[in-house]
Amino acid sequence: MGKRTPLYECHLQAEAKIVDFAGWDMPLHYGSQLQEHHQVRQDAGLFDVSHMTIVDFTGRDVSLYLKHLLANNVDRLVPGKALYTCMLNEQGGIIDDLIVYKLSEDFYRLVVNSGTHDKDLAWLAKQAKAFQITIKERTDLAMLAIQGPRVRQKIASLFTPAQTQLILDLKSFHAVTVDDYFVARTGYTGEEGFEIILPASKASTFWQQLVAVGIKPCGLGARDTLRLEAGLNLYGADMDEKVTPLESNLSWTVAFEPADRDFIGRSALLEQQLAGVRYKLVGLVLEGQGVLRNHQKVIVDGVGEGEITSGSFSPTLNKGIALARVPVNTKESCLVGMRGKLVPAQVVKPPFVRQGKQAENKKNLVI
Amino acid sequence: MSSVPKALKYSKTHEWVREEDDTVIIGITDHAQTMLGDLVYVELPELEFSFEMGQECAVIESVKAAADIYCPISGEVVEINELLLDNPQLINEDPYGKGWLLRLRPFENDFKELLTAEQYTKLVASEAH
Repeated sequence: MGKRTPLYECHLQAEAKIVDFAGWDMPLHYGSQLQEHHQVRQDAGLFDVSHMTIVDFTGRDVSLYLKHLLANNVDRLVPGKALYTCMLNEQGGIIDDLIVYKLSEDFYRLVVNSGTHDKDLAWLAKQAKAFQITIKERTDLAMLAIQGPRVRQKIASLFTPAQTQLILDLKSFHAVTVDDYFVARTGYTGEEGFEIILPASKASTFWQQLVAVGIKPCGLGARDTLRLEAGLNLYGADMDEKVTPLESNLSWTVAFEPADRDFIGRSALLEQQLAGVRYKLVGLVLEGQGVLRNHQKVIVDGVGEGEITSGSFSPTLNKGIALARVPVNTKESCLVGMRGKLVPAQVVKPPFVRQGKQAENKKNLVI
Repeated sequence: MSSVPKALKYSKTHEWVREEDDTVIIGITDHAQTMLGDLVYVELPELEFSFEMGQECAVIESVKAAADIYCPISGEVVEINELLLDNPQLINEDPYGKGWLLRLRPFENDFKELLTAEQYTKLVASEAH
């Protein structure tokens, strides 16, 4: 038996197919992964993401600490704002990707992956030694994601009018505290929506309220195809400690300015830039029928070889799609080794789908 | 518990076989479609192709995985379910009916290698442990 979130009983009641995910018993789907995918693209879906690790940081030095720890710069934040960033090792390799929320000058919250829980907490503690800060993992909290074009209209009845207004007024990557609920306009699907952190004791009641207003439970299966369509990286598949953000389509998350901010991994990234980055992470769209899969070989004529890091099927486009790490000189087409055959695929800049529709797939000439 | 119709024969690799006059219809079991999850792609053989028993005769892919279909008896392909090419989810919705894969004309009467519904049910139960 794995670890269970406060919503485990809700999943069983909804007839979820439960699978192991990083040691947690989590819902893969509640009947049909494809229907749940479309539910989020066209209406509103509900995800239990309580397996993710929530860590609070308080104390006098917390800004200084995070400016050293993270590749993006928390000086860009004001209270109530969040940013996406990588946490790097000294070699520039990605220890994890995460969202950091600034709640006040001396209070920040990080949400990191569940699969990296132990090594992340060890790293956070190790780097904290020189700073006056307190680190507290919040196992007393649950986390839900509500995602889809109709989420905004469906949540109005769950809060007071004033609270609803606060939530609907949130800008992208901003958060607000409403009673016990920490509500952020963030997500992992490419749709409008919110992620809500709340006391574990209130999670199942709130889950049922969300279901009652027509926000339907969706499993980790749909979460994966949604994030892939949205061109969002998955830690452990598209990136790990062996690659840097510069090889992972995440250069935009690295704040090299100001030049005197010495974050962990900075000098390694600068060296890599100077020597020339050799690989890049791109999107692939299969030209024929079929499904792209992780670890399939990518062959770029006259350039070299790469590998699919996340391959699947796009329910929105009805095509095989993938993220792949390929040589930096790769242009607009490649071949993929699929079940003993070489099949052509188009190279594009992610995302594949933006807010329910096919994204304008810019050919990959510039990145 | 998945459905295992009594009238059909089964292979150890989760295909089913239905005898109809001098041909047989082949598909995958309810258990197999449940394990694979939502199907999104089906590759079927061409007409008049011949297969030995146990030879790969089709490929079906779900969001999660690709699966080879092994021909449960030897024979020649006389019909394929073309509806599946545009709508692979028919296999999920109706694995013993609208989700059939192909029709074969058998070369010989080698049905005795196949499992009865009862034997197949036991096989599925044993694989679950």
